[in-house]
Amino acid sequence: MSNSRPRGRPLLRTSYAEDLALLDTPAKRWWTAALLVLALSLPFLLTDDLLQLLAVCCVAAIGAIGLGLVTGYAGQVSLGHAFFLGIGAYTAAGLSGDPDGRVIGLGVTDIALWLPAAGLVAALAGVLVAPLATRLRGLYLAIVTLGLVFIGQHVFNEWSALTGGAGVGRPAATLEFLGRPLAVTDAVATRDQKLYWLMLVLLLVFAVAARNLARSRIGRAFTAIRDRDIAAGVIGVNLPRYKTVAFAVSSFYAGCAGALLYTVTGFFDPGSFSLLLSVQYIAMVLIGGAGTISGAIAGAFFITLLPRLTRELQAWVPFVSTQPNEVPNVFQVETILYGVLIIVFLIFEPRGLFGLWIRARNYWKAWPFSY
Amino acid sequence: MTELIESLLRGLGTGSVYALLALGFVIIYKATRVISFAQPAFMLAGVVAVTYLSPAVGFWAAVPLAAAGTGLLALGVERTAVRPMVGRPAFVVAIITLGVDVAVRVVVNAFIGLDVRHVGDPWQLRTLPLGPVQMQQRHAAAVVAAALLVAALFAFFRFTRTGLAMRAAALDQEAALAHGVSVGAVFAISWALAGGLAAVAGTFAAAGGSVDGGLWLVALTALPVIILGGLDSLPGAVIGGLAVGVLQELVATYANDVAWLGGNISVITPYVLMLVVLLVRPYGLFGTREVERV
Repeated sequence: MSNSRPRGRPLLRTSYAEDLALLDTPAKRWWTAALLVLALSLPFLLTDDLLQLLAVCCVAAIGAIGLGLVTGYAGQVSLGHAFFLGIGAYTAAGLSGDPDGRVIGLGVTDIALWLPAAGLVAALAGVLVAPLATRLRGLYLAIVTLGLVFIGQHVFNEWSALTGGAGVGRPAATLEFLGRPLAVTDAVATRDQKLYWLMLVLLLVFAVAARNLARSRIGRAFTAIRDRDIAAGVIGVNLPRYKTVAFAVSSFYAGCAGALLYTVTGFFDPGSFSLLLSVQYIAMVLIGGAGTISGAIAGAFFITLLPRLTRELQAWVPFVSTQPNEVPNVFQVETILYGVLIIVFLIFEPRGLFGLWIRARNYWKAWPFSY
Repeated sequence: MTELIESLLRGLGTGSVYALLALGFVIIYKATRVISFAQPAFMLAGVVAVTYLSPAVGFWAAVPLAAAGTGLLALGVERTAVRPMVGRPAFVVAIITLGVDVAVRVVVNAFIGLDVRHVGDPWQLRTLPLGPVQMQQRHAAAVVAAALLVAALFAFFRFTRTGLAMRAAALDQEAALAHGVSVGAVFAISWALAGGLAAVAGTFAAAGGSVDGGLWLVALTALPVIILGGLDSLPGAVIGGLAVGVLQELVATYANDVAWLGGNISVITPYVLMLVVLLVRPYGLFGTREVERV
């Protein structure tokens, strides 16, 4: 396909397939390949604690892609992402837990079983919520999904047979594939190196799937609903159906991300799934760039690395303390940064980190001319 | 019977707090078509200001001062973070207020610190005997204060030029602008009013107890209230607030008999009620139905 194009005319398209292609220019192909090689070789360059953090980033990116599909592509504001993450996390942990343990566990330790199960249960919850979404628009929907977070938190706190109870928690899902543990240190690689590779591969799978969904008939329906739902309805987009699909897919991603998120640290408690978690995911999508997959990934990495960055920056800002009982401390700075970054990006660069990249790219594309 | 009436009275007390908070949300929504998620932070800021002021100037002077201060803070936020976004989708502005909320709350929490702070109210946990039943004085005070403020607000919107301008801007911004109403001033007044109301509501929410960072969750309960009453209805906010307060206290009193629901179920009853009402009436009980033209 790409061979049939004249050289030096990367933007000339002669078929719809070319127009819809994922990597439609040679530059994109080269950059993607280079980025992939770099990402895969990171375990040989970085220390284990950084790799662990990057593994969490990859999982957070899966969740952010999910929220990006429903909020960025379909335009349905959801503050309830923490709820779906929680459902996924507890489904996976409950399935793969120790049957003789303190909390519910069914002993299904294979990731090939609990990961899809977590996604499907969360997707089911998304479908159950969807009737509200199809009846409500805009801010009404935001508040209803915010209510979900509170209801979910209550259930997670009270159902201590499954969740271990507030402040106590339970072990996360077990990483095993076909009877072999995926993340243990052996002669070939350390636990964190393996974790990182695993999460990176999963992120790639989920990201490519989301990108493909976004350029399909369903994805075009999503963007039509986002841009003007009445107009979308008029040209024949079935609004209730596609809003339900958007919530189901988004919740599926959230469920999978929730299931994986705590396997890195190995333990989690019901207090994790609070409104702050939802705000963090909203921040990932908005700071990264709403309506783009690569933006959601960039946002997820940025927000997840933010605590680490503020700790590193603390060395240059001596009046900020690392002790939680002193004012101002890094934890406060970190939380303020979430808020301030959301505001700054929305006011000055609504397209987010992705928009910054587009600006830089366009500048160099036209260089040395300014337009 | 006594138990029922007493929990009803308690409910009216907490309901008044919700009503005041909900009025703030609705005033902002009517003027700017935005739900301000920053209200919880303003409420917390107002309460903390009261705890700092009341030892110095006394409770009765501290509350209006704190309300005015919070109003100014809200004004500043409106000017810097919200005004540049005029004309952008409501959702974007709402998310900005969410960011404001997160940031302001951290600063306010730093002022709370680890001490136990009190608003220094004169009622504490004393009760007011009403025949055979007892009503806590702080709840009675909340009801009275809410009634006075609601009456003042309705008079303000009904009889003053500024109130008329605000009603006009809420009805149709462009038409109001064409008639010489300064819509910018309306935005500013709305935010300041909402900030002041949040400060007063927070004071009553914290009366008789101590102030901590978790108090902001009270303000979030006003969100189901405004959804219940309809986003753009001032009477809906008051009625919804009282209804949610009463229901919450009734559930708190009687839910212990239903063990499987778990403790603290009353905290989420407003949200459950909201879900149920929205399935039946998507625009709340008193909200205006949105008319869609193709």
